[in-house]
Amino acid sequence: MTLNRRTFLGAAAAAASLSAPMVRAMGKPRVVVVGGGAGGATAARYIAKDSKGAIDVTLIEPTRKYYTCFFSNLYLGGFKDIEDIGHTYGGLAAGGVNVVHDWAVGVDRDAKTVSLAGGATLPYDKLILSPGIDFVDGAVEGWDLSAQNAMPHAYKAGSQSELLKAQLQAMPEGGVFAMVAPPNPFRCPPGPYERVSMVAHFLKQNNPTAKIIVADPKPKFSKMALFQEGWANHYEGMVDWIGDDFGGGNVSVDPNAMTVTIDGEETKVDVCNVIPAMKAGRIAELAGVTDGNWAPVNAADMSTKADGDVYVLGDASAQGDMPKSGFSANSQAKVCANAVRGALTGSKVFPAKFSNTCWSLIAPDDGVKVGATYEATADKIAKVDGFISQTGETADVRKTTYMESEGWYSGITADMLG
Amino acid sequence: MVRVKQILGAALVAGLATLGGAAFAQGGNVDAGAKVFKKCKGCHQVGKGAEHRIGPHLNGLFGRKAATYEEFNYSKGFQRIGGGGLVWHAESLDAFLENPRAMVSRTRMSFPGLEKAEDRANLIAYLRQFSDNPADIPEADPTAQGVDHDLDPAILALKGDPEYGQYLSGECTTCHQSAGGDDGIPSIVLWPEEDFVLAMHAYKSKHRIHPVMQMIAGRLGDEEIAALAAYFATLEE
Repeated sequence: MTLNRRTFLGAAAAAASLSAPMVRAMGKPRVVVVGGGAGGATAARYIAKDSKGAIDVTLIEPTRKYYTCFFSNLYLGGFKDIEDIGHTYGGLAAGGVNVVHDWAVGVDRDAKTVSLAGGATLPYDKLILSPGIDFVDGAVEGWDLSAQNAMPHAYKAGSQSELLKAQLQAMPEGGVFAMVAPPNPFRCPPGPYERVSMVAHFLKQNNPTAKIIVADPKPKFSKMALFQEGWANHYEGMVDWIGDDFGGGNVSVDPNAMTVTIDGEETKVDVCNVIPAMKAGRIAELAGVTDGNWAPVNAADMSTKADGDVYVLGDASAQGDMPKSGFSANSQAKVCANAVRGALTGSKVFPAKFSNTCWSLIAPDDGVKVGATYEATADKIAKVDGFISQTGETADVRKTTYMESEGWYSGITADMLG
Repeated sequence: MVRVKQILGAALVAGLATLGGAAFAQGGNVDAGAKVFKKCKGCHQVGKGAEHRIGPHLNGLFGRKAATYEEFNYSKGFQRIGGGGLVWHAESLDAFLENPRAMVSRTRMSFPGLEKAEDRANLIAYLRQFSDNPADIPEADPTAQGVDHDLDPAILALKGDPEYGQYLSGECTTCHQSAGGDDGIPSIVLWPEEDFVLAMHAYKSKHRIHPVMQMIAGRLGDEEIAALAAYFATLEE
């Protein structure tokens, strides 16, 4: 065979492609994880733990203390202190994760680098984005982030939760607490309604003539029958839920005047909890892996449709049937961690299995839950089987459910953070 | 086929031989127990909507410390024995039901007791249905009562792959702590593999009543359950 141009180029290409893994083999493969919540922390911890040092794992998380969104409603209701839901990242660091407290502000997918607000640039072989949610601009007329002190969202836990609680405590006797609920899809589908329950519990104890108005753009919501049964049983006459059928979606607010206008009717309120429409955390959009508000992913491993080396977990992903919850993000993270480790070290990759359970507290010792299992299909994460608490359950069952949710909280935070 | 309840029964008999409690270890009959419960109905309610009457309601009885409903006015005798740490399990119920006054000297429960061991076992199996308590595992007292399903010995004999189990365990450790803590959801680490396999199959066949566990176990294959059992049996963290 004579050496012509084509075969020469082919040989050169083969040599180049053979040399590429050798270059990488000189250093450990690198995984960068952005976001230290239920998805990101779990993924970072599992990859570091299971690769036993064979993979270099860096977690980028701006806050030094992470307050879980799950159970933040129980803080509002007085069942938890703020410090009960605050966690540091020392356990992850001790577990071999390089924890960097900084903001990820850009992703160069060609160079495979992440740039940080502090100026550093981090190379990656695999990038896992788990940035949670941001709010859609202009979603609620009259509200933007500059109004979040007058009208808190408290949908990213921490200072916002503390602010909302302080406002709740300062409500005048017989005052009005308003909530503007978000449209689908959004983080924690039962979350706004558990919050209504917890606010009602607080008011029943401290301000029993106060009222709660909920303006909701949806005709129905998660665990609706269970919540409505609970509101009637525990907080009779206190909660006025205005669904889409009655103009709940036609809402504007005035943070200066502290008014809420629902379907043309203006009401003066004392506290207004605005939970706007949501989208993937900004870094997903900056990385160019979103389509609309969310980042479409492949169900088998949570890699994005846009880039097989970039993964998106949890609330920010568009994956199919799973609700946006901490439990879901934690479940997805383990599937992703297994796949990423397999791709980088050749470890065995097992088929994806997902599950979710959401517990909600309606009143003291009155807990309910909903859950499902999921599998990866060619086009989405698809529901396999599910269950939901029933109306009319005995007090014992409800108490056991609540106790179980306490156990779950300990379990998932240990699973995420070590 | 080996009857699971026979295996469990044998284990319980072995474990409790000193109590001489073979009767309750046989596994009672729920329907027969419902008939026995008629003798109790005058004072006790059980099931949906049950409330305290002359006696306390009997939901969630298993695994509960005696005399702990604050709103119920217990006799001094019961307060004392509850304070002494009596917990209601199959064997303690069996002893109590045989002769209530022998166990709790000044109980107000004016019931002479159930002389026949079979009646007691049946009643315990019936009452067991109303205790949906996750503290009831591992697969031993008290949940072993009323478990009535067949498990192929070939399933028990499967050797699980711990590496697969480690991967699958991610679905468990969202709730069950890998370090073995128990804050409302029980520990599942370091169980004997057979106990683990029996428990998971009991959920899968819906003989155990916890809805989350029925769902999770429901889609696990025999090999997967064996893999999880193998992994958790040796987990050290």
